[in-house]
Order: sequence, then C-alpha cells, then structure tokens
Amino acid sequence: MYTQGLDQAGSKPRRRDGLETDAQLAAFQARIDADEKIEAKDWMPEAYRRTLVRQISQHAHSEIIGMQPEGNWLTRAPTLRRKAILLAKVQDEAGHGLYLYSAAETLGVSRDQMVRDLLDGKAKYSSIFNYPTLTWADIGAIGWLVDGAAIMNQIPLCRCSFGPYARAMVRVCKEESFHQRQGYEIMLTLVRGNAKQKAMAQDAINRWWWPSLMMFGPNDEDSPHSAQSMKWKIKRFSNDALRQKFIDATVPQAEFLGLKMPDDKLEFDEQTGHYRFGEINWQEFYDVLAGNGPCNRQRMATRQQAQADGAWVREAASVYAEKQAARNAA
Amino acid sequence: MTTHSDVEQARLTYALRLGDNALVLGQRLIELVAHHPELEEELANANISLDFIGQARLFYSCAGELEGRGRTEDDFAFLRDDGEFQNLLLLELPNGHFGDTIVRQVLFDSFYVLQLEALVSCTDAGIAEIAARAIKEVRYHLRHVSQWLIRLGDGTDESHARVSQSLLDLWRYTGEMFSGDLVDDCLRDACNGPDLARIQEQWHDNVSALLKEATLDMPEDGWMISGGRQGVHTEHMGFLIAQLQHEQRACPGASW
Ligand SMILES: [Fe+2]
Ligand SMILES: [Fe+2]
Repeated sequence: MYTQGLDQAGSKPRRRDGLETDAQLAAFQARIDADEKIEAKDWMPEAYRRTLVRQISQHAHSEIIGMQPEGNWLTRAPTLRRKAILLAKVQDEAGHGLYLYSAAETLGVSRDQMVRDLLDGKAKYSSIFNYPTLTWADIGAIGWLVDGAAIMNQIPLCRCSFGPYARAMVRVCKEESFHQRQGYEIMLTLVRGNAKQKAMAQDAINRWWWPSLMMFGPNDEDSPHSAQSMKWKIKRFSNDALRQKFIDATVPQAEFLGLKMPDDKLEFDEQTGHYRFGEINWQEFYDVLAGNGPCNRQRMATRQQAQADGAWVREAASVYAEKQAARNAA
Repeated sequence: MTTHSDVEQARLTYALRLGDNALVLGQRLIELVAHHPELEEELANANISLDFIGQARLFYSCAGELEGRGRTEDDFAFLRDDGEFQNLLLLELPNGHFGDTIVRQVLFDSFYVLQLEALVSCTDAGIAEIAARAIKEVRYHLRHVSQWLIRLGDGTDESHARVSQSLLDLWRYTGEMFSGDLVDDCLRDACNGPDLARIQEQWHDNVSALLKEATLDMPEDGWMISGGRQGVHTEHMGFLIAQLQHEQRACPGASW
C-alpha cells in the first residue's frame, strides 16, 4: 500500500533494445503466469525492476514519513499504556521502512540513493501523511482507517510476484492488523467516554474518512498503468475494487461505534451487497500529491532538518570507523 | 530514630523517584522520535524510550501498592504537579544536539546501572523485582550510548569539541545523583538499599575509563546543582509536564 496512485509517471514496459528479446520477455511472463516467485538475482525486464523499485521505495518512504503525524501525539498520549502502545507502533513503522528499503536494495538501488530522492522531492510517499493530527482521536482514526486501508492494499501484496517484497509484506501485514485493532480500540474508548470525547471521535473521522479512501489511488479508468502491474502480478486487485472492499468492511464498524461517515450518499445497496458512496474530491487528491496538502512542506522540512542535523554525527562515525580499521590493521 | 512508618514512607518515595526518573527521561527521548536521520538510530531510540516508559509504569504501580490508597500509574504520571516530581534535574533538560543527548544518557545510565544492581538485593521485593528486570535493559542502553560517546569523542575535531562541551555543560548535574537525603539513608539502612558513596566511587571509575577511551577529558567536580529530590526543578520542567499531562488536564476524569 501507500503507493497506489502515486506511480503516475510512465511505467510502460520500455524495452532496452538488444537486451530484452521477445523470447526472454515471454519466458518471464510464463514464470509469472505459473505463479513462480521472481527473486532478486533472476532475470527480469527492466520495466518490471523499475516499477518495483518505485513502488517499494515509495512504500518505504511512506512508512518513514508516516511516523511524523503519529509521533506528534507521543508526548501527549493520555495514559502511559497508550503512550507505550503508540510508541511501539511508531517503532514498528520504522521497522517496516527498514525492511522495505532492504527489499528495494535487492533490486540494485541503495538506501542512500532512495533517501536522497525523498529529500530532494523526487520520490513520492502516500499523501495521507500530509494531513495533520489535531486531536488524540486522530491517532485512533489513523490506526483504524489508515492502517486499515494499508492492510486492504497489502494483503494482496503478500502474493506479489517479486519474492522479497511479498515476504516483507507478510511480516508487515501482521503488525498492521495489530495497529488497526489498537486504533479501533482507541475509537471505541472515546465513543464510550464523555461528550467531548465523542465529539472528538466524530471530528476525526470527518477529517480522515475521505483521505483514507484516496489512499487506494485514482479510479480505475484514470489509472492507466495498473493493467501492466496486474499482468506482472505486482498488483492483484484494481484500485476501485480494493476501495470498495475497504468501504464495505469499515462502514459497519463505524455504525458499531455510533459514528457517521461524512458522506450523505453512503448507502447499502441490497442488490449488489456493497455500499454506494459519494464522489471523491479528486482535485484535493491531486493537489496534495502535487505538494499542496496541509503538511507536505512540514513533513519534508522535518526530514531535511534531521538529515542536516545528523551531518556532523555521520562524519564522526565514519572517521571513527576509519581510525578503528587503521588501528586493527596496524 | 526510624520507625516502621518512616521506612514505609521511604520505600514509597523511593519507588516514585525511580518512576519519575524513568518517565521524565523517557518523555524527553520520545520527543526525538521521527527526527533521527538514520533508521537504525530511530529504532534504537524508540526501543530505549519504550523501556523507560515501561519501567516508569512498573515503579508507579509498585508505588501505588506501597501507598495503598488506590492511586494508579496514571494518577502519578498525569495528576501530580511538577513540584511533586522528584526526578534528577539532569533528566529533564532539553535534548540539545545528538551529543548532548548521548552525554546526558551516558552520565545517567552509568549511575542507574549501579543503582539497579544494588536494588536487586534490596529487601523490598517489589522494587527488587523491577530492578532485576530493568537492569538488563539499562545495560544495553549504556552499551549503546557508550559506543556513541566513543565514536563522537574519537571522531572528528568537531564532534570531539561538541561532546567535550556537552560534558562541561552537564557535569554540574551529576552531583545530585549521589547526594542522598533521609529517604536514601533509610532505604540503605533499613532495606539493604544502594550505598550512594560506594556507587559514586564506582561511577567515577567507570565514567573515567569510558571518557579515556573516548579521548575526552573528565571535567573537574565544581559546583553542583540539585533540587530534584525536593521537587525544585529547572525552568524546563513545567513545559515537559504541561505536554505530558495535556489530555488528562483538558478532559478531567475521562477514561482513555
Ligand atoms: Fe507500516
Ligand atoms: Fe501501521
């Protein structure tokens, strides 16, 4: 997850002339069709490699940037138990970033390079993390909705054709579902609390519901590169199919909480067995993706500041390592 | 003369002070979450903070039992005013730069490890049990921050100069660790608690060996600031507590 709809830049399979023959491409597709896992050292089309590097690195960046909105409430978590749970969650996200960077590195791109691309604004991350966390209820809403949407997207990725990514996702998904339950439990506690807490919970879903639907990416007709990803079995379900699945799973949970999704058109359709819902504000989605969300600049500035503040430390560590190596050699 | 109730009171205060130290340092360290340039250090810091928050919870729950008035870990953390906290002043200082954070933790963990080691054999079973558990965590923290101190001290001229300054700035807060009051005396005499004079000697030897390896000069013991045990804090403490207690104070009596 955290990647769909971000891969807008062309990912059409472009052949490197003379390097990729029809026979090779056909043999590769046959492996995919036979549900074989592609491993890092296997031959693969350049476009497959590029698509994966972009998707996995965007996913990794999203885990890292996603620590900021939640980290915003660590010092103010209302109980020590909640503080510890949130801290463990944010730590999990850092771990997810770490294994995703490692999975991408198997494709021949270094973590340093990926981080540089993020800091230079060349790489994208999920737009959901450009929204602010204004109250404690936002921490509940993020766990419930954002981690919930992440799971919807990521469970199919456990069967992705690229082995290292699929295996990373198995581990990540277990932790994400834990996060989702914890988020829901925060919401449940709030709706059973006093009037102020209930209002806080409703306000949080008013702000997070639509952005969480946008996490699945543009409508299928506006997602031209999905077909190739499906053919490669990087992607298993379309954006709209996953979004629908998420809505169908989540709306009853909101009802159980006694909260109302901010969508007047939301209605269960007996015939299809699915919820119908209102129009997503795609202009907002593209604006946030283009850098114009409430927190885009703040999120990037925090990463850039961290990188700058760490310069003298990195230098010291590398000079020390050289000194040690010289001492050991002597 | 120490009476039975003096000893009870000393054990309670001692458990609270341990909880306050762990909570206040943990609270400072979580300010750094999502602000590390390297993921490995991000994970290490989250781990360390999580350990401190966990220790605070255990010590507060233990204090609640010793007190016997039904106060919970959260009552101690969120419903006391800053003047009721009795942590070491060193721990409430702002994080400063990475070198400041490392030096603060080296100085404290070097003490805390010894304190916990002594507490393992204290006759208060509750405190001893938590100490036995915490010591494994704190030994790991100390190893981690000591390695950083060595890298920074023996790294570049800039890093050496920076951590030398951190040491000079923070040294005056170290005296407080060893200047016990009646509570410390009572715990030592009645419960086989830590002997601060002995801990001070060991601390001095350990820190001096570490600084030598880090090619750093040990500062002279000059004037030492104290006040934590009396609840007289630095100007920074009020802000730390305001953030910590924000939700509980904004919504009194709510459950979370
Ligand atoms: Fe994650
Ligand atoms: Fe998560």
